[in-house]
Amino acid sequence: MWGRGDPPPHFGTMRNFLIRRLIQSVILLFVLMSFTFLLTRMTPGGPEAALAEAPNVQQADLDRIRERFGLNDPLPIAYAKWMSNAIRGDFGRSYHYLRPPFDVIGERIWPTIQLGLVAYVIALVGILLGMIAAYHRGKAADLVIRVFTVVGDATPHWWMGLVIIVILASTVGWFPQGQGRGGVLDWFQHIIVPATILGLGGVILYTRFVRSQVLEVLSQDHVRTARSKGLDERHVARWHVLRNALIPVVTLLGSFLPFLISGAAITESIFNWPGMGRLFLEAATTRDYPLLLAILTLGTVATMVGTLIADIMYGSVDPRIRYS
Amino acid sequence: MARALSATVAGAEPRQPAASMGIYARAWEKLRHDPITIAAAILLSVIVVLTLFAPFIADNILHSTPDQMMRGPDGRFAILKPPGPGFPLGTDDLGRDALTRLLYAGRVSLSIGFMVAFIAIVLGTTAGMIAGYFGHWVDDIVNAFVQFVFNVPFLFVLIFLSVIFRPDVLSLALIIGFFGWPGTARQVRGLVMSVRHLDYVLAAQVLGATNRRIMVRHLLPNVANIVLVAAGFAVAGAILGESALSFLGFGVQVPQASWGNMLSGAQDMFRRAPWLVYPPGVMIFLTVLCVVLIADGLRDALDPRVK
Repeated sequence: MWGRGDPPPHFGTMRNFLIRRLIQSVILLFVLMSFTFLLTRMTPGGPEAALAEAPNVQQADLDRIRERFGLNDPLPIAYAKWMSNAIRGDFGRSYHYLRPPFDVIGERIWPTIQLGLVAYVIALVGILLGMIAAYHRGKAADLVIRVFTVVGDATPHWWMGLVIIVILASTVGWFPQGQGRGGVLDWFQHIIVPATILGLGGVILYTRFVRSQVLEVLSQDHVRTARSKGLDERHVARWHVLRNALIPVVTLLGSFLPFLISGAAITESIFNWPGMGRLFLEAATTRDYPLLLAILTLGTVATMVGTLIADIMYGSVDPRIRYS
Repeated sequence: MARALSATVAGAEPRQPAASMGIYARAWEKLRHDPITIAAAILLSVIVVLTLFAPFIADNILHSTPDQMMRGPDGRFAILKPPGPGFPLGTDDLGRDALTRLLYAGRVSLSIGFMVAFIAIVLGTTAGMIAGYFGHWVDDIVNAFVQFVFNVPFLFVLIFLSVIFRPDVLSLALIIGFFGWPGTARQVRGLVMSVRHLDYVLAAQVLGATNRRIMVRHLLPNVANIVLVAAGFAVAGAILGESALSFLGFGVQVPQASWGNMLSGAQDMFRRAPWLVYPPGVMIFLTVLCVVLIADGLRDALDPRVK
């Protein structure tokens, strides 16, 4: 590792790498936004779709609504208008909430962030499991943990959530639904089950990574040297093994972020969690295109940031990695 | 360890034809002695056969169809009946037999799984081979696509596309498959890059073989192993993905049953009918578990380093 304050040895490559990734990301975002916008314009459904079936609605009313949402513009003009506004963060008005999408998102993003953070903390349990498995390689503990990861991989996590709800409802007559509003304990009771379900994928990911990482470190020369110097086993574990084994904690943070975003939609829908994932599902069901496009864009930016963090972290904690 | 040891001992015996066997013959030899993979393969075959014969089983054993309202012995509609005689897994809120629907749903979920894997593997292998073989700007273009798929929140995009296109089973498989290929493409690309400068490839080039011939005859056999394993994991991922999408109401549409959308029906009335929550989930779990175990076994069997 380089010293604090010194530029990393591969600083130049890193800067080029960042610039290239930034350009790539901007292009990707532009393509995705254009593509999704054009798709929404080519399919039926819009603010008037729900009203069209109502008997008292005149054609004139529908025309007025279409005019108000700018749906009568020819496609190229509509596209240019939408894109120039969207770049400035203005996605028009939600058909359902009749407000700017980001106002609505602002109210729903905090519960999702809470859920994601708790899920991430739970995912860190995987580090412990991975170390236990590695230190007891081939023994019962390793086997149990391996069965847990294989079973965990094959089960739809959201179905486990359903089963937990059914079991809780039939035994204690209570199950987590929505967000707790009565103090810390209530908050905790409501968040712990959905966060565990959401974090399960991370637990498995970390367990696998840390296990193989620790096994690799344990077989390396510097660990053998440390042991043969007569260093206490705890010292070896702490200073020689743990420091290397913890690399995935940071590198996987980035790749876990996209997973959290997608996973949140289904977890929130099962546990009635009032977050952004459920907002997206509601917008999809009602074909609320402005809201849908806003969340999709935001989700893509978050995913891109996550992948970028993953790549940067990977290089900065492990100086052997070079960017190309 | 014990296995590795016995393999070495067996290899020392003169009648062991290890050296003369091809890689697939050897892999098969290893697989045959791998109880977990064999068990998984048997269970998966049972599931596939049961779902294939769903109409026959429903007609002749259960006396029902997936959309039929069943009647109990008293002649009244059997709505939300718990498991019991006549209805092994109970009935749902429309009086339909849960086991019949479970079998029919399996046909849909399994065929989507296999179709998605097929699409993802064909796309991924082709893209990976072309990128690895030609390199330069071709590689850059393929890489850009891979980056694109890695950088979008796939579940959100899947839901969005499902809202726009209202897909049937086939187009659903196409859409999910499109998000499944980059992993395979990356693996194949890496492997092709490492073998494309070996002497035998250069020799083929000197002899005037076309690029297509080199790729199909000389490079494809090299990547066949990882493609086979990747296909297994693709099936597993596709079944999980379809079930999640259908559960949310954006995959297979009712009344056609899939394991995923049966669960969204079950969630709505789990207090009155908790028995509906378990079977579809267990089926997803068993199927995915078998597929993953088989893929794992294949990987070990095809890896010449693992004895």
